[in-house]
Amino acid sequence: MIQAEHLTKYYGDIPAVVDLSFTIGEGHVYGFLGPNGAGKSTTMNLMTGCLSATEGRVLIDGKDIFENPKEAKRRIGYLPEQPPLYLGETPEEYLKFVGEAKGLRGTALRDDIERVIQETGIAEMRRRRISALSKGYKQRVGIAQALLGNPRVIILDEPTVGLDPIQIIGIRDLIRDLGRSHTVIFSSHILSEVQTICDEILIIAHGKLVAFDTPEGLEKKLLSPGQITLVTDADPEAVQAALAEISHINGMDIQPQDEDNLITVQLNTDQEDIHGVSRQVFQAFAGAGIDLLEMSLKKASLEDIFLELTEDSAPEEAEAGEAVGAAEAAEGGQPAEIAATSTSTETAEEAGAETGEEENAV
Amino acid sequence: MMAVCRHELKSCFHTLTAWVFGAFLLVFVGIWAMRYNIQAAMSSFEYVLGNSTVLFAVLIPLLTMRSIAEERKQKTDQLLYSLPISTTEVVLGKYLALLAVFLVPLAVIALYPLIFAQYGEVYLPTSYGSLFAFFLLGASLIAVGVFLSSLTENQGMAAGIGVAVILLNYYSVSLSEYVSQSATGTVAVLVVLAVLLGLLVRQLTRNGNLAYGVSFVLIAVITVVLWRDSTLFEGLLPRVMAQLSLFERFYTFVNGIFDLTAVVYYLTVTAFFLFLTVQSLEKRRYN
Repeated sequence: MIQAEHLTKYYGDIPAVVDLSFTIGEGHVYGFLGPNGAGKSTTMNLMTGCLSATEGRVLIDGKDIFENPKEAKRRIGYLPEQPPLYLGETPEEYLKFVGEAKGLRGTALRDDIERVIQETGIAEMRRRRISALSKGYKQRVGIAQALLGNPRVIILDEPTVGLDPIQIIGIRDLIRDLGRSHTVIFSSHILSEVQTICDEILIIAHGKLVAFDTPEGLEKKLLSPGQITLVTDADPEAVQAALAEISHINGMDIQPQDEDNLITVQLNTDQEDIHGVSRQVFQAFAGAGIDLLEMSLKKASLEDIFLELTEDSAPEEAEAGEAVGAAEAAEGGQPAEIAATSTSTETAEEAGAETGEEENAV
Repeated sequence: MMAVCRHELKSCFHTLTAWVFGAFLLVFVGIWAMRYNIQAAMSSFEYVLGNSTVLFAVLIPLLTMRSIAEERKQKTDQLLYSLPISTTEVVLGKYLALLAVFLVPLAVIALYPLIFAQYGEVYLPTSYGSLFAFFLLGASLIAVGVFLSSLTENQGMAAGIGVAVILLNYYSVSLSEYVSQSATGTVAVLVVLAVLLGLLVRQLTRNGNLAYGVSFVLIAVITVVLWRDSTLFEGLLPRVMAQLSLFERFYTFVNGIFDLTAVVYYLTVTAFFLFLTVQSLEKRRYN
């Protein structure tokens, strides 16, 4: 449906997007994920013809957006980051203009306006001035505009930014519904959002595409080792001896005794079945007669992958902090399958002690 | 294109610009008509229009300032870029809407000569000839205003520059008497212009070599011409300034001559500035 080939965009001398290539198929919901300033909006503006690429091209259904813009743009509905609304008009007047500009006339225009008003749930606001609408409704009017003319691809740039939690849920449901009949591409720097709605995820960092897969595929492909944290009051050497037997442990870090005579042991494992490892640990401790006071498990999540991917190319601490912030924001949406879901990873810790502490506090 | 035109027309009447523009034009043309045609009992309506042209310096920027600047400020230009309409259609649609707004008071003014004709001898061909030229003059100034509006996202800035540009053009003939008549003075100004053009090219294309090339070639041409025949430059500057005046050509119509070259000139200026507006909008996508 959409083919981006070697897209490159420079703002003056500053590269915003560098050699980006991807192909997006028909149907489904696609998520553009990346920290702030990663090039998500630029990519979307390139895809919709709002910006001209320095190099490369974009094909929409085989039509080049720069060489055959009318045909290509007819297939796209686009909601930019800031909804492009004429504040002095009512949603109805506004949609009428957009519909006419998309080439709809007469009853077809009226029917289509009616359809998008129903789909986006702005029926009771249709005759109010747009300037008087709340942010959530403005966003809906912006989406309604994108839906007019029933384009096959709908591109939404950060559609949930600045909305309250209830509005966010509303927009997410809407996106999910749209995904049944259209190809929906939307961008976000909030991971949980992308994870819950998207069928496939494109992670962009520093203008480069660093991953493109399904959420599950990403987790599988890039799985960082799981982590088991143990707290015990036994002798460190005894613990080490007990754990030496267990397979699939590829990293061990024993913290010295604290004032309560407790030691904390961090185990890393490459085993996907983390419970299998924890069972062995439990049995080894029982066999050696060591008291196990605490055991918590942590599986690598998409967040870790996101951090890993976006930080690999980002040595600056400030950017890592931003990414961590996004990960924190996503915390609420994570299924709490495992008791302790601390999200600290090695990469996050490497990024700086400060961010690591923040994570542990969570 | 018609969608943009209808939309722009609606917003012009919605935001009062169209009403204020029409009202002021009618009031001032009305005052002049009262003084010349009624009080002084002159039969020619042309002079009324001739005296009203300076109004354009205020009214045209008022009409055109928001046309594109506002789109940019509200970020609605992104919508226009993403819709299946070309930039040319957007610019033409907006321009036609402004032209329509301008035509409304003109339609009322068009009745005046007919009314005066009821009470005396009015030579209608010259009256309507000048009214037609009045329309063309306004139309070309609107094109200039739309272009200026496309350069900034600040309406006030667009209006301010618009007033300055139109006033400068209005007075360019009287100003031309003060500029240097000599060949050296002209050459100096031309060289400065060549350098400025080079800087503009560099700004637009970010291509240093092209910019220096343009400046260099122009200066070389000037030098060669100066060397061959320096008399060519004598009095050139005031001549060019007088030629560029849009207003000066209008007075030919006021004096009762239907000047076809002036019509062509107005249309050319209009097309040129609309073209520049399209380029200015297109360029923004390449930033």
